[in-house]
Amino acid sequence: MSAALTAAGDLRRLVVRNLRRELRIPDSLIVNTALPVIIMVLFVYVFGGAITTGSSGLAYIDFVVPAVLLMSGGYGAALTAVNIADDMTAGMIDRLRTLPIGGWTVPAGHVIASVVRNVTACGFALLAAVVLGFRPDAGLTDWALVLAVVTGYVLAMSSLAALWGLLVRSAQAAGAFSFVVLFLPYLSDGVVPAETMPDVLRDFAANQPITPIVATLRSLLLNQPMGSSGAVTAAWLAGTVLVSVPIAALLFRRRTSG
Amino acid sequence: MNVIHSTGFTDAVVARGLTKSFGATQVLAGIDLTVPTGSLLALLGPNGSGKTTTVRILTTLLAPDGGTAVVGGCDVTRDGVAVRRMIGLTSQQATVDDLLTGRENLELFAGLYHLGRRQARRRAQDLLERFDLAAAANRRVVTYSGGMRRRLDLAASMVSAPRILFLDEPTTGLDPRSRAELWSVIRELVAAGTTILLTTQYLEEADQLADRVVVINRGRVVADDSPAALKRQVGSERLILRLSRAEDMPRARSALGEGGTHPGAGEREITLAVQGPDHLRRTLDLLHRAGVAVEHVELCAPTLDDVFFELTAVAA
Repeated sequence: MSAALTAAGDLRRLVVRNLRRELRIPDSLIVNTALPVIIMVLFVYVFGGAITTGSSGLAYIDFVVPAVLLMSGGYGAALTAVNIADDMTAGMIDRLRTLPIGGWTVPAGHVIASVVRNVTACGFALLAAVVLGFRPDAGLTDWALVLAVVTGYVLAMSSLAALWGLLVRSAQAAGAFSFVVLFLPYLSDGVVPAETMPDVLRDFAANQPITPIVATLRSLLLNQPMGSSGAVTAAWLAGTVLVSVPIAALLFRRRTSG
Repeated sequence: MNVIHSTGFTDAVVARGLTKSFGATQVLAGIDLTVPTGSLLALLGPNGSGKTTTVRILTTLLAPDGGTAVVGGCDVTRDGVAVRRMIGLTSQQATVDDLLTGRENLELFAGLYHLGRRQARRRAQDLLERFDLAAAANRRVVTYSGGMRRRLDLAASMVSAPRILFLDEPTTGLDPRSRAELWSVIRELVAAGTTILLTTQYLEEADQLADRVVVINRGRVVADDSPAALKRQVGSERLILRLSRAEDMPRARSALGEGGTHPGAGEREITLAVQGPDHLRRTLDLLHRAGVAVEHVELCAPTLDDVFFELTAVAA
């Protein structure tokens, strides 16, 4: 019990350190505050007028909000890879490793800090949406579930990013992960209806995780029937976390032992 | 905190037969070294000789392929956690967070050593004062000079008040003044009872600070002695003569005996080993009789440089 408390204290200190860093890097601060708002404005005002929402019959802002939430949280989460790679390639990791703390708390501290700031970023995006005219129809339970899905998504992406950041040998290479995370929502049913895409892309969109996650968020926010998307979403998110966390832990062990 | 295990061992660090290879490259080919408690040992060697690898093994960051290492009475491979509680490490790369202030760094590490909040604050403040960083305490480390950063690094290593400190090339890249400042800090630490193992490529640094010097080259120990004894090993003092005329050179060398003389830095310079004042007088007499005019005479005590080049040349 006391060991668990000690580890929790270490984790808290590392999370505070990481959040402090984020607040002092202008890039990160912009990614987490201005970018979500910019993406929302861009989609609603710039693209929104030209895109029809197909058979869904939704106003474009209602259609696109879930995808923008995932973009807002996902891009920042992907930066976890860079943050971890930074620590691993600089001397900082040597210092941390000579401390009497569990080694796993170092990448875990990055992932948790990422969840904190990127779920906040999603909050900014949602606020911007409401200002732009988005009117969700959701009860308290729905909101709790929205928070759970967004948190789960950011956690899954951060864990995957942590894995990637431990795999590559430089912060530059770690940055490549952002592109994957940034582009995935475009190839889903989140930005434009997948039914308008060519066959190959439509099949991809139907089977990649963003599509069911977007569908789940839409049904929660707009009070629509959810179908099976909730269960598929839970499976994807839990699966990603359950696969990437042990692999990341293994990579961390390997990187930090001779 | 400050878990100090049983006392009574006189050697803080004992390494025997340490070997390590990275792929096909053997980096350590059997390193033996002993650091008596309360002393400073300098591990001296050129780049790539295995200094950092040795330090990484002794500080539990790297597992050796063979051999044993006991630090503060605990085996580094079997009891790494206990070793970590007793040691501090300042590695070559900066091991502080650039984006945090000096104070935030020290408070973070103090917290991770599980000091209470108030105690952590006090420790950070003490160290900032002791390492002459109090004025810069609330500035981010990015704004620090190289010397300040090294001092903060050293302060960070002292957060847990370790009994044994490992400093991997602590003054590399520092200007002479910052180096001298760091040396005086290191001397104070030893005076206060800290055992230090320091790696360096600077012979002067080993000479200035160390009680004992272990010279390594290509992963092997080529000498292990006090700085004075190592200098004695090279033996005599060195005489540097500058002749007035370059054309006297052949005559001067034949008068002194070709074997014992070496051309010096300039074309008019000769160096040779001399044993005591009599030998010096005889040498100058010989030149005088041969009609060689000498413009400048310089007598040098053997430096660790001489030791170093001699030893590593033999080992190579």
